[in-house]
Amino acid sequence: MFKLAATIVKDVRILLRDKVGIALMFIMPIVLVVVVTSIQNSTFQLVNKNKLSIIINNSDTGDASKQLIKAINKIGMFKATQVSGDQNEQKIAGAMHQQDAMLGIIIPSDFSAKVNAKSKSVAGKALKSFGLEGDSVKTLGDIDPLTVYYNPVLQENIRLSVQGALRSALQLVESRETLRSLYFSMNEKELPEKLENEMLNNQTAINEIPVSKDGTRTTPNATQHNVPAWTIFAMFFIIMSLSGSVVREKVSGSFIRLKTLPTNYLVGMLSKQITYLAVTMLQAAVIFSIGIWLFPYVGLPALNLPSDVLALVIVTIVCGWCAVSYAMCVGVFAQTQEQANGFGAVSIVILACVGGLMVPSFAMQGFFKSAANISPMHWCLQAYYSLFLEGGKLKDVLNNILLLFIITLLLQVLTFVGLKRKNLI
Amino acid sequence: MGLTPEIAIDVNNIGFRYPGNPDVSFSNLNLRINKGERFGLFGPNGAGKTTLISLMTGLLTADEGSIKILGYKIGTKKEQVNKLFGFIPQDFSFYHELTPVENLEFFGAWSGLDKQTIKNRTDELLTILGLNDVRNKQVQKFSGGMKRRVNLAIGVIHKPAILFLDEPTVGVDVQTGRAIIDYLLALNKSGTTLVYTSHQLNEAEDLCEQVALIDSGKIIAQDNLEHLLKTHNQKNLEQMFLNLTGKEYRN
Repeated sequence: MFKLAATIVKDVRILLRDKVGIALMFIMPIVLVVVVTSIQNSTFQLVNKNKLSIIINNSDTGDASKQLIKAINKIGMFKATQVSGDQNEQKIAGAMHQQDAMLGIIIPSDFSAKVNAKSKSVAGKALKSFGLEGDSVKTLGDIDPLTVYYNPVLQENIRLSVQGALRSALQLVESRETLRSLYFSMNEKELPEKLENEMLNNQTAINEIPVSKDGTRTTPNATQHNVPAWTIFAMFFIIMSLSGSVVREKVSGSFIRLKTLPTNYLVGMLSKQITYLAVTMLQAAVIFSIGIWLFPYVGLPALNLPSDVLALVIVTIVCGWCAVSYAMCVGVFAQTQEQANGFGAVSIVILACVGGLMVPSFAMQGFFKSAANISPMHWCLQAYYSLFLEGGKLKDVLNNILLLFIITLLLQVLTFVGLKRKNLI
Repeated sequence: MGLTPEIAIDVNNIGFRYPGNPDVSFSNLNLRINKGERFGLFGPNGAGKTTLISLMTGLLTADEGSIKILGYKIGTKKEQVNKLFGFIPQDFSFYHELTPVENLEFFGAWSGLDKQTIKNRTDELLTILGLNDVRNKQVQKFSGGMKRRVNLAIGVIHKPAILFLDEPTVGVDVQTGRAIIDYLLALNKSGTTLVYTSHQLNEAEDLCEQVALIDSGKIIAQDNLEHLLKTHNQKNLEQMFLNLTGKEYRN
């Protein structure tokens, strides 16, 4: 026990004097979690609270285009600015750039005429099918497509939301015109505004309720998504310090002396595991604390810890142990510190990508969806999400813990085999 | 009739070959070092000195034969056998980020000493080796000579019965070299058997009483230094060394 204690003291002393290692293990993940959460929080707000600026050039003087602009404004997603005059693609691009707008739309000059004609034609067909005589309308041809110009920085999911919103605005305009035509043909008078609004605006409301395992209805936010994810990344990033430390000890003269002393090197490996497991716990505590107490001061949503704190502690320990085991394994097999650092960093980024830390695993397709299962980070993330987002309890994450435990044991066995094969124990 | 000296190290018919590198190999090599001797093992580069020391300390395992240290076979009962000897490798074998005290605390614990013994031995060794003033400074800031002394202190903290020294004075100034040799002579007087290798043959003449010359994995001469010089009609160790191993470059 004294040997183990002395070895832990030695490892802690070396760790505390490795300023770059400490920066990599603590400062880098903290910066990462703050930056990524802030950016994602802006995206959340862009969709939910902030408005996308849109430039509309209306070359049409008719009522339908005015209705369309009114409908776009009513969606609540856009901050519309109208520009006048003849516009082409280049001009609208210039205007978007000048006014820092994400989107631009040109409504063609015959938009209202074509919408009217199309509505009357549809209304006529409808009356005919009722057995009534409708006005015969000369078709002006299909309505020209509405061209939307967008800033390339807009992500695809936001573009799809924009497209959906514009479609619903167009649908509203076309439906209104068709309804008016139908009413006029049948009653030979204008459709009363009150009835028109009732018919068009009587939409069924959509309530959004997050479904959690503990029955709470906390709306997930960027903090709840990012803090657990980047805590896992930080824990696995100890590979930069730990695997380097294993290699340094292995290739340095000190290892030759250690091998001639009456102590098994497994004591050294156990000490490193205990020391770095403590580091991962500290990382989690620091990052969670920042999420809880610092985030509100920088305008980010505060982190809500799961109700089952015991489950959180157990999951964190298992994740940390898995991260430590992976780093030790890489350190034992790497020949040089450069190998350990290079492979370590790249493999962690790949495992993070595959594991769903950077792109949600539910959005992955085919091979990558299956590949997620081999990344220990995936199981760590699933366990954390279950606790942080779904209000899960220990029983809900037992499967994840078991899988992480199996991966950890496999890594430990691999490390032991590596040590034996290299005659290090 | 004199008393039969007790054997400290008994190398018996060992055979060894590095996998994939047949250049350094031993076959049926025998060597006996008595307790309390100051034994020098010399030879040109690549002769097999470090390999033989590595076999004697258990860093390498012989393919054939056996090596016994104070009656214990190397490769068995590591906890007991490895307490019997100390090893001063050619490379600095400690943690450069730690201070001499911290290094001695750690290596003392791994050598099987208790806390109080480590403390006493640390104070004693740092005083003897002139490192007391820098006991709490990180070793990475030390000169080569100071690092050599730290290397030595760690190897003897547990008062080993046998001390293996692989070029313990390489790269140090005359003063440090002399201080190390004087300390080793004092250590030998207190009963420690020394097994020493070096290319500094003048220094070796001061330290060693028994000498073995090794070349291409074979012991080509072994005896008391005085007898050996007389037998080969040589004035000093260096002349005898060149006479027996030749003047061509070795890799």
